[in-house]
Amino acid sequence: MEDLSKVIVFMLKDQQYGVNLQQVLSIERLQAITHVPQTSSFIKGVMNLRGDIIPIIDLMERLSVGSMVQDDSTRVLIVEIDTYKIGLVVDTATDVIDLESSMIEPAPSIIGGVKSEYIKGVAKLEGGLLVLLDLEHVLNVEEQREVLDVVNEEKVSGGH
Amino acid sequence: MDTTHYLEMFLDESREHLQAVNEQLLKLEDQPQDLKIVNEIFRSAHTLKGMAATMGFEDIASLTHQMENVLDLIRNNELAVSTNVIDVCFEAVSVLEEMVREISEGGDGKQDVSLLVTKLKQMGKQPNDNPSLILSKKDKGDFFTPIQFDEYQTAVMLQAKEQGYQVYQLIVRLSDDCLLKGARIFMVFEALDGLGEVIKTIPLVDELEEGQFEQDVTIVFVTNDSENTIQQKIINITDIQSVGCTAIEEIETIPKNDLKRDKITEKQKDSYSVSINHSPTKTIRVNTERIDHLMNLFEEMVIDRGRLEDIAQTEGNHELSEAVEHLTRVSQDLQNMMLSLRMVPIEKVFNRFPKMVRGLAKDLEKKINLQIVGAETELDRTVIDEIGDPLVHLIRNSIDHGIEPPEKRKAQGKPEEGTILLRAFHSGNHVMIEIQDDGAGINREKVIEKAVKSGLFSLEHAESLIDAEVNELIFSSGFSTADQVSDLSGRGVGLDVVRTKIESLGGHILIDSSPGEGSTFSIQLPLTLSILSTLLVSLQDDTYAVPLSSIEETVLLPKESVFQAHNQSVMDFRNKIIPLVDLRKAFELNNQLHDHPLIEKETIAIVIVRKGDKLAGLIVDSFIGQKEVVLKSLGSYLGQIDSISGATILGDGRVSLIIDPNTLIK
Repeated sequence: MEDLSKVIVFMLKDQQYGVNLQQVLSIERLQAITHVPQTSSFIKGVMNLRGDIIPIIDLMERLSVGSMVQDDSTRVLIVEIDTYKIGLVVDTATDVIDLESSMIEPAPSIIGGVKSEYIKGVAKLEGGLLVLLDLEHVLNVEEQREVLDVVNEEKVSGGH
Repeated sequence: MDTTHYLEMFLDESREHLQAVNEQLLKLEDQPQDLKIVNEIFRSAHTLKGMAATMGFEDIASLTHQMENVLDLIRNNELAVSTNVIDVCFEAVSVLEEMVREISEGGDGKQDVSLLVTKLKQMGKQPNDNPSLILSKKDKGDFFTPIQFDEYQTAVMLQAKEQGYQVYQLIVRLSDDCLLKGARIFMVFEALDGLGEVIKTIPLVDELEEGQFEQDVTIVFVTNDSENTIQQKIINITDIQSVGCTAIEEIETIPKNDLKRDKITEKQKDSYSVSINHSPTKTIRVNTERIDHLMNLFEEMVIDRGRLEDIAQTEGNHELSEAVEHLTRVSQDLQNMMLSLRMVPIEKVFNRFPKMVRGLAKDLEKKINLQIVGAETELDRTVIDEIGDPLVHLIRNSIDHGIEPPEKRKAQGKPEEGTILLRAFHSGNHVMIEIQDDGAGINREKVIEKAVKSGLFSLEHAESLIDAEVNELIFSSGFSTADQVSDLSGRGVGLDVVRTKIESLGGHILIDSSPGEGSTFSIQLPLTLSILSTLLVSLQDDTYAVPLSSIEETVLLPKESVFQAHNQSVMDFRNKIIPLVDLRKAFELNNQLHDHPLIEKETIAIVIVRKGDKLAGLIVDSFIGQKEVVLKSLGSYLGQIDSISGATILGDGRVSLIIDPNTLIK
């Protein structure tokens, strides 16, 4: 039997990306975000999701492919990585598809400016390439902290 | 038997009993003649032994068994309560606590207790002309209680054993609805009559005949028939619910006082029945998770209440406003109830200190009298869980650095025995805990010398410090005035950790000290951590909440009253110059073009906050109003953000960040 996996397809700029459906808890409209000081720039702030406070990440900025532009089709994917619930801002969430493992190829070193370590693989679809993101790496907590530390250090050394 | 279901209960109750033993042992040391205390300890030890045996923790059972034996000697006046006895008992309790802890962490609670068992046994071995017997039997839990026999009875039993008869202990239980108890028991005796001889019954035969007993009757019986035969015979009788049968294997010789024997048997019976009916107030054990869940649900409701309040205000509908007001009042009461559910008396923490102080005082050869006041003061469970370690640190600190050795105290005209007063009380929305000692106090010169040595500041600077500032120094990290590093303290970690911990709980610690007279550490803690009274302020597009507990005052200050000093904006607040912190700058919100620095507005909204003795003014856009909010965590993904202690959800569904003013005051 073929290895099937369900993938949520979404757009960032004009590129299709996909993440494993199992990691996604829900897809929400973007609501009011509260900015949180002293955090990395790709962290847009926090949002109230039915009583839970969820950090919101600008996925475009995280992947260094631009930064979010908010419109009616903007959505937030609520994903669960490790024990963290995190919201990812995407342009539109378009589809849920079945992918056979044979359709997935390893990632070339760089795709559209996105570092290969963030990519699990690439699938060729009729509509074009689908980039499968490795959310564990994209949202890696340690790395996020490191980024934060660097920011803080710069601030401190700049101040003196 | 599958006992896993009972493990939690076993652990809980074991801890309670061990704690009780600890407390009573301390009391016993003070009043060695008081046999009531010995009985209390005996009761706890006995219950513990029964539970441990049932659960299959044999090492706990055997250790408590030996302890029981020693206690038994004490209450029979055959062993005097000496420091040695108490020490060994404490040692045994410590090992027991260790074992219980191990079990709770998933271990098997096995430990080599042979050394302690020997120690306890040795204590019991004192020559006595008048030996009688106590039966030791296979532990089958509480069901079979130890029985004592008089000379005649033991002689019969020994003889029977020699002749190859077996001695059994039977526990016959009558069914709940049995009407003619006396008659049924009579039938039991009839049945047994043909099989062997009854040596002893509890209660006594007279009482049995009159039906003066509960459901259980214990019978000691000599026979050469098997357990099964006996049980079969008895169980056939109407109204017999169950028959327990255990062989009494070995008969151990233990010194006994002849005169008191009968009384003891009675007493023991009493203690047994008391330990069963030991439930003074009607309480139930509830899993804390359930209470937390209830609290979460309630918090959701508080958020919705806030939303309704907002709607009612904008709608201007009179009836709606009234309904919402009522809802607010009811939920306020509900909130108080909810909070009280989570409240635990601080006794739970204080309990362990007497033993600790006793141990430390011994190690350091100091005489210390620990007084505890207000142990019944209640605190939120989460605070209770966290406050233990800081208090241990502070008490150790008082014992090690505060209280002087007896000779020195005598030379200074103080009583040889130092006093540490541990006091807890409610004060407004806070709980205060004070640790007061009558020791040496903080030595200003020594602290300054140390601080200069470790490069905190120069000697000249030190001259200008006021005493309170010097006292504050002992909370700096890496600071210790102990000349030698002892086991207890002096490593220079500790007091700064204590302060950090207390501040993370939303509390403050203050120190007051006068040389030669002692020091007082005062800890102020919030009653609860989850619901806060705050002042909402607006800052750019967002609403922030400042905890009311740290707000001194709010001020609308005309622009002209802001001064500059050393590149820092300051203001005059009641003849005191205090620094101003522009929150927009601090939070780096000032990146949009249309913004003017707040400081250039005509009137500036300032929240004056306090941290200890220090004040600072936080500049905000405007004040919104006071609001009870539910503290929620920002989650660990964002990491530690210095000036934000959490977030809350406002009535309109937006998230508002809660400012931690402490970090903004330098």
